[in-house]
Amino acid sequence: MTLLDRHTDFLHALRAAGIPVSLAEGLDAVRAVDALGLGERETLRAAYAATLLKRQAHRPGFDQVFDLYWPALVGDGVGDGVGDGVGDATDPEEAVGPSDGPAELADLRERVEQALAADGAADGADAGDLTALAREAVARFGRIRGRGPGEQRWSAYNTLNRVAADDLGGRAAVRRFEELVETEVRRRAAEVRGPDHVARHAVRTAVDQLDFSRASRAELDRMRHEIQPLARRLASRLHREQRDRRRGPLDFRRTVRASMSSGGVPLTTHHRPRRPGRPDLVVLCDVSGSVAGFAGFTLMLVFALREQFDRVRAFTFVDDVHEVTDDFTRGADPADALARLSASAAHASRFGRTQYGRAFTRFAEQHRDALTPRTHLLVLGDARSNYGDLALPVVADLVHAARRSWWLNPEHPRHWGTGDSEAPEYAALLPMVECRNLTQLGEFVHDLA
Amino acid sequence: MTWFESPAETEKRLAEAGYLADTATATTTYLAAALGKPLLVEGPAGVGKTELAKAVSRATGAELVRLQCYEGLDEARALYEWNYKKQLLRIQASQGQAWDETHDQIFTEEFLLTRPLLTAIRNEHPTVLLVDEVDKTDVEVEGLLLEVLSDFQVSIPELGTVGAVRRPLVVLTSNATRELSEALKRRCLFLHVDHPDKERERAIVVSQVPEVEEALAGQVVDAVAALRQLELRKSPSIAETVDWARTLVALQVGTLDDDVVARTLGVVLKHASDHDRALAALAGERRRR
Repeated sequence: MTLLDRHTDFLHALRAAGIPVSLAEGLDAVRAVDALGLGERETLRAAYAATLLKRQAHRPGFDQVFDLYWPALVGDGVGDGVGDGVGDATDPEEAVGPSDGPAELADLRERVEQALAADGAADGADAGDLTALAREAVARFGRIRGRGPGEQRWSAYNTLNRVAADDLGGRAAVRRFEELVETEVRRRAAEVRGPDHVARHAVRTAVDQLDFSRASRAELDRMRHEIQPLARRLASRLHREQRDRRRGPLDFRRTVRASMSSGGVPLTTHHRPRRPGRPDLVVLCDVSGSVAGFAGFTLMLVFALREQFDRVRAFTFVDDVHEVTDDFTRGADPADALARLSASAAHASRFGRTQYGRAFTRFAEQHRDALTPRTHLLVLGDARSNYGDLALPVVADLVHAARRSWWLNPEHPRHWGTGDSEAPEYAALLPMVECRNLTQLGEFVHDLA
Repeated sequence: MTWFESPAETEKRLAEAGYLADTATATTTYLAAALGKPLLVEGPAGVGKTELAKAVSRATGAELVRLQCYEGLDEARALYEWNYKKQLLRIQASQGQAWDETHDQIFTEEFLLTRPLLTAIRNEHPTVLLVDEVDKTDVEVEGLLLEVLSDFQVSIPELGTVGAVRRPLVVLTSNATRELSEALKRRCLFLHVDHPDKERERAIVVSQVPEVEEALAGQVVDAVAALRQLELRKSPSIAETVDWARTLVALQVGTLDDDVVARTLGVVLKHASDHDRALAALAGERRRR
């Protein structure tokens, strides 16, 4: 395989992982690599990143694919004392692999603990040590047994299970070690099965394309960091568009006064600003177990956007309704707010099973006054109502009372109406929008204004 | 003129100019100079995006031309403008002259007011063009930038096309408050600058505040790193770390204990809710000890 093949394969894998790479960017990358040479792996990474990446959200996916196509070493590396995993299959010792008894385990755990402690003290200084330890841990304890030579598999789960790194250091440090182990396992797999295979199956999607319901805990954290800039971005865009449309009636006095400087000829006209009408927003949010993650994020965004709205009121429901507006005071801590929000699920349920009809009826009884002709109504939920009553006339009445209304559904449209999903019935009353990731959420809020 | 010899040399010369760059930053800066492409630097506020451009100009002895972007920036303030007052004077002074003559005279270099973009292009000396906070401008200005950034030329209807005498090194900075257009991004090299690791940050603090003691600098950097682990509305940036070190030097504090942290936290955290959260975390830490 030539270097050029490697390069084009790498670009293909990036595109397959959802990172848009144009032809021109690929050419730039070649020029950059040419200018820098191939001597240093991190320089190569920087060259590719500078030319191919255009968005920081794509960085984790890029790094994973890069590690697959430009691995730091082959097999177990050279001269580190442990056997060669892919190479010589006839040697019986090699086929068994490096020893993985309890003595080695204790020894490795101790060294990992030291490395993690050192890592915490001087950040970045001992990254090399930790990487080497992750490599050794995978070589020793990550091998899946019972496979022939050339068929070896390694498992991050096995490795982390055996090493049990959780109690060896701080959470952030342990997480770094886990990431290193995962990277190492991917590298091993790429060697045996080819990088394109692994890139297709193991590379994670960028955080703004990720399903709310499928995100891991670390990804949820990253998403939450992403939501504040997203809100700011949307707010500034909305502001800009509002300003553009704000040409009101002619301001005669200012126009005449400005014409003085051009000898009485009104070259520029001045206009009175148009009064911006800012709507109210009422959010009804399903917080039952199945959609909790989704609801939390959407509510966070809605409250991040509250500068755009005069008043925001939020209610959570399972089969009863509970107002949570006060949990989102201005400048409140987002993490606390999210915790309180999930606690409020207890207030919003009577029997603990989602019942949309009941929730809407209760809302209409208790908080009907929240809806005015200036109100936008937003319902968040998967419309799975456990075959209960739908209270369609009540919903129709609520939709009629509000100025505009939408339903955000975290499920793919092809699942609407399957099982106990009542999405089509509700979609007939108010527009239902699919909203599963940050990109779709951003698009929706943009259309909202 | 070649700007830099190699990435390693870039790193060294930037360090001499007082900017401690990591490998990615040095490599990308070198590439931008070597390939003659604009460099788009993105990242949170206060991590040294603008400082990078200034450091490059210091390191290479190039002139720095800065275009600060803001909402409502237009062609007349970014590119060029005709000095119409001077033109009016010229017309009044040439009473009786034929129109053609006058017309030819008032659209010449003499009456052209060059703004940053045109200045950078026409400069005969090496120039670093800094387009600061490009995300603050309107979309139309981006279109304006495209011609300048891809061909390094400006079309002036009355004069024709003005090409670059010498290609400037262009650095654009952005806080990512909005998505820049794909067309603009495609023409640029992309660099994301983030908070540095502890080692580098301590070096930065020591180089920026030479009076600070090593040990205190270490403590400050550790404390800031701990703060960044918390979920805050605005994480402290390098600029704030440096400010904090400066404050402590001014207060003549030798070590960073809980009391000092509580008193001076306002230097690093600018939101009341962040303040409360940091103090709560601090108290929790003390209880565990």
